[in-house]
Amino acid sequence: MGGNSEKTINVTLKVWRQRNANEKGKFENYEMKGVSTDMSFLEMFDVLNDRLITEGKDPIAFDHDCREGICGMCSMYINGQPHGPKQGVTTCQLHMRSFSDGDSIIVEPWRSAAFPVIKDLAVNRSAFDRIISAGGFISVNTGNAKDANNILIPKDAADKAFEAAACIGCGACVAACKNGSAMLFVSAKVSQLALLPQGQVEKQDRVLNMVKHMDEEGFGNCTNTGACEAECPKGISLENIARMNREYLGASFTQNK
Amino acid sequence: MGLTGLFLVSFLVVHVGINACIFFNDNGETFNAAAHFMATNPIIRIMEIGLFLGLLLHVFQALTLTLENKKARPIAYAIVKGSANSSWYSRSMGILGSLLLLFLVVHLGNFWIGTKMAQFNGTINEHNTFDELREVFSKWYFVIIYLIGVFSLMYHLLHGFQSAFQTLGVNHKKYTPAIKKVGIWFSVIVCLLFAAMPITMFLGIIK
Repeated sequence: MGGNSEKTINVTLKVWRQRNANEKGKFENYEMKGVSTDMSFLEMFDVLNDRLITEGKDPIAFDHDCREGICGMCSMYINGQPHGPKQGVTTCQLHMRSFSDGDSIIVEPWRSAAFPVIKDLAVNRSAFDRIISAGGFISVNTGNAKDANNILIPKDAADKAFEAAACIGCGACVAACKNGSAMLFVSAKVSQLALLPQGQVEKQDRVLNMVKHMDEEGFGNCTNTGACEAECPKGISLENIARMNREYLGASFTQNK
Repeated sequence: MGLTGLFLVSFLVVHVGINACIFFNDNGETFNAAAHFMATNPIIRIMEIGLFLGLLLHVFQALTLTLENKKARPIAYAIVKGSANSSWYSRSMGILGSLLLLFLVVHLGNFWIGTKMAQFNGTINEHNTFDELREVFSKWYFVIIYLIGVFSLMYHLLHGFQSAFQTLGVNHKKYTPAIKKVGIWFSVIVCLLFAAMPITMFLGIIK
């Protein structure tokens, strides 16, 4: 933990512990003394887990991978907000300087019928993978890298597609939504392809299949509260949801099947 | 939800327009003429059925949505900081809508039933809706109930108006800011006009 500031704080963690998907979980309290404010939230959990292992206890399961804010693995619902109190960051990019000495911090897993708890704070987000499998791809041959440049794409379309493609599939939108809706995720994936010429061929099937699969996975419905957009670490816009609604309405009325 | 909501919004425009006729302060003459037209015109009678169907559909959609959404999160969070990411009224559409529905029961009991009776008894030409208004709004508890109904409507519309456009896929940097502004002004003006009726009649400004 290479902190170079001398500032440390004491916090109380209240962490959701659940042995597996079938057993009931409960909160457990952990006192964390002398936490460096330069630590990331996950590094604090590493320290806690080292302690638990030394004490012969079961360490806390939580998802993490790149710890650079780009993989979408880390989750954690911290003090009533996915990825904690800061906007536009994932939990791995949340630092303890965002908290104050003496704070009590409640940490819960993403709560969604479609994201069953695997253990403690780790949830199974493969529902997202199955939605992608339902249509979040293009099956036309787009050739090699140089061939992509043969199709000219307007700058604003490329920018919008890129912004939608910034979605890392972390599931914060589902976690934040009071309805547990996955509309922001699905609409980002629909948009990034619908905006580009290569995505046009299958665009009707794509949106119909992905939305159908989204509903089958048990996600809730969108009521446009905008919580997903506000909590998204990648700033995915509600414009994408409107675009998906347009695509869906259009495809429903004009599909030739 | 969006389509039925906008349909019901179109009715509000007509309703508030007719209500505003009391502000001529002509002993309800203009208002009664408008009310009489609404109670007797055959096209309006057919549209009334459409309105009730629209309302029922809106309520049915809301119930379906709420049940599905409850199922999508079977275990609730211990703590939710909703204020950090959304407005309270956008998260309370179900409660606001339920308040509106309760208000509607009282409201239809006050005025609609009387008009219906007059239609069936063939006394619609002698029916004086303005007299009914005076009677109802002379009681303070009805004024309070109506104000609660109108404020529920305002917050319901503050979210609902712009939300309906988003649901229908209408969202663009060019015109969405305008839609949001119109939504706010519409909600506030319509509801202030609605609220003005019970208040002015209770205070005796409109006689």
